[in-house]
Amino acid sequence: MDGFRIERSTRESRGFAVVLLLGGVTLVTLPYWAGPGTMRLISEMAYYLALAQLWNLLAGYAGLVSVGQQAFVGIGAYALFYLTSQFGMNPLLAMALAGPVAAAIALPMALAVFRLRGAYFAIGTWVFAAAFELGVSLIQPLGAGSGMSLTPAILYAITPGREARALIIYWLSLAIVFVVCAVVYLLLRSRHGLALTAIRDSEPASASLGVDTFRTKLMIYVITAALTGVIGALIFVQKLRLSPEAGFSVNDWTVVVIFMVVIGGIGTLEGPFIGLLIYFALREFLADYGTWYLILLGVVAVAIMLLAQEGLWGLVVRRFDIHLLSVRRHLLR
Amino acid sequence: MDWINILIQGALLGGLYALFAVGLSLAFGIMRLVNIAHGDLIVLAAYLALMTVQTTGLGALGSLVVVVPAMFVLGYLLQRGLLNFTLSGGLLPPLLVTFGISVIIENVLLQEFGADIMRLHAGAIETASLRLGGGIAVGVYPLLVFTTAVAAIAGLQLLFDRTTLGRAFRATSDDAATAELMGIDNRHIYAVAMGIAMVFTALAGVLMGIRTTFDPSAGPVRLIFAFEAVIIGGLGSLWGTLLGGMVLAIAQEVAGAVSPNWQILAGHIAFLVILIVRPSGFFPRTRD
Repeated sequence: MDGFRIERSTRESRGFAVVLLLGGVTLVTLPYWAGPGTMRLISEMAYYLALAQLWNLLAGYAGLVSVGQQAFVGIGAYALFYLTSQFGMNPLLAMALAGPVAAAIALPMALAVFRLRGAYFAIGTWVFAAAFELGVSLIQPLGAGSGMSLTPAILYAITPGREARALIIYWLSLAIVFVVCAVVYLLLRSRHGLALTAIRDSEPASASLGVDTFRTKLMIYVITAALTGVIGALIFVQKLRLSPEAGFSVNDWTVVVIFMVVIGGIGTLEGPFIGLLIYFALREFLADYGTWYLILLGVVAVAIMLLAQEGLWGLVVRRFDIHLLSVRRHLLR
Repeated sequence: MDWINILIQGALLGGLYALFAVGLSLAFGIMRLVNIAHGDLIVLAAYLALMTVQTTGLGALGSLVVVVPAMFVLGYLLQRGLLNFTLSGGLLPPLLVTFGISVIIENVLLQEFGADIMRLHAGAIETASLRLGGGIAVGVYPLLVFTTAVAAIAGLQLLFDRTTLGRAFRATSDDAATAELMGIDNRHIYAVAMGIAMVFTALAGVLMGIRTTFDPSAGPVRLIFAFEAVIIGGLGSLWGTLLGGMVLAIAQEVAGAVSPNWQILAGHIAFLVILIVRPSGFFPRTRD
């Protein structure tokens, strides 16, 4: 192997790392120079980006097209509301615990839904989410059908000042999206990433080469469930009110996320970023037209799937061959 | 005697769920396509019936004369113009395209008809019942729905077993490439299959609209019921689908009699239990 070396980054990806760093600094310092409206928007974009990256990891890399990720958003949110209101737990600790709670539920669930393949897997996960929504609305300590609220006393436990609290939650959103992106990126660069890419390209072939497809997929499913649970807790600590319908909403936590990933480019790390920007731009422009923006998103997603399966980022890659977040290995002489 | 009544109610309702499921099962059996928009197409059929009743003065059941052909044409065009192009590229395209269609249908209905709850009215037949003695009574309408489901499934089974079209369906299902070599035009066969699937969807939508209320967001729940019936019955088996529908509906009705809040949840739980103990359903025929 003399004279050969493996390179992981490209010139663009090193340049892009600098851009990302500058962007990160801008966002972290944003509260000092922008208004609360902007902060709320960025915070919302942050958790949607995190959800999109996680769904992309599941569907785009592990081939697990789930339409039931709202289950874990809801579970995480309910874990936070229950732990804080019943045991007086600090909301930030409860938020961290929402992850293990979601993972503990995802593991046995996976053993059932993993029996279904492809699209049936998608609907199976949906059934689970629907069952959780109906189940929670029967449980009195979880507020049954009418839901739960976070009392001021619980919020004081984060920090008493209103503005300081907004600041903490804003930075937490940034921290979570950073952690999620980092986990996905590092996972894809690790040996599990190679296994995942092999599974994405051909499951039987990767199994025949010794990839333990079941364990790899199970690991991805449980990790994404845990992180989705934490994001769910974070989302609803901002909303202050939680009902079964809101927590387990398929439209808010899965449909929109799927559209972002598909439009941006499924199976690429850059895709969810592009999809996020397009989604929020469309939403801003079409805010006055009610349901039309969902119809338009649907049309765009269908068109993308038919004409350019790799999404908008895939088109960019094919045209210019740039990889901003490189997870590839290049053999160089 | 109450419990016998509840079981009969459940069994009859199972016929409607089987009608929900047949279209889904057919599309999967022939083109390995899982149509996520299936539930929304059922609801769309109910709205088409509503429009037909309002514009032509036909009765709710009479509207089938318009809705069934309309849905056949829609199914044919949908498959020929859109879904056929998704079949060659792996798992994601058909899934995400039908998912997109589902969201489009739901929101177009919402835009056109608003979020109000709608219902089709079929007159006296809705409340008529037959007394069977011993305190057991059967509603005429549920009985009609169940008989329709049985007749429709029997008809479809005959079509599969006895006709040239059925043979072409089975051939493409077994080996699409070889079927094409034998002179079958797969694109057309798939489109006809989706048209037929939509005939059942139209029946299901209209019969559902008379039995219960519906609104634009009612689709996903119908998709889930259809899916549960298919998996309980076993992939690819038409009569299994009827059985699956009945198991699901009986679970719902029994739980609903105990506590109405548990009705739908009990159906999901029954499905999940069967998925865990008998993952390939009762009469599996297709391997995916």
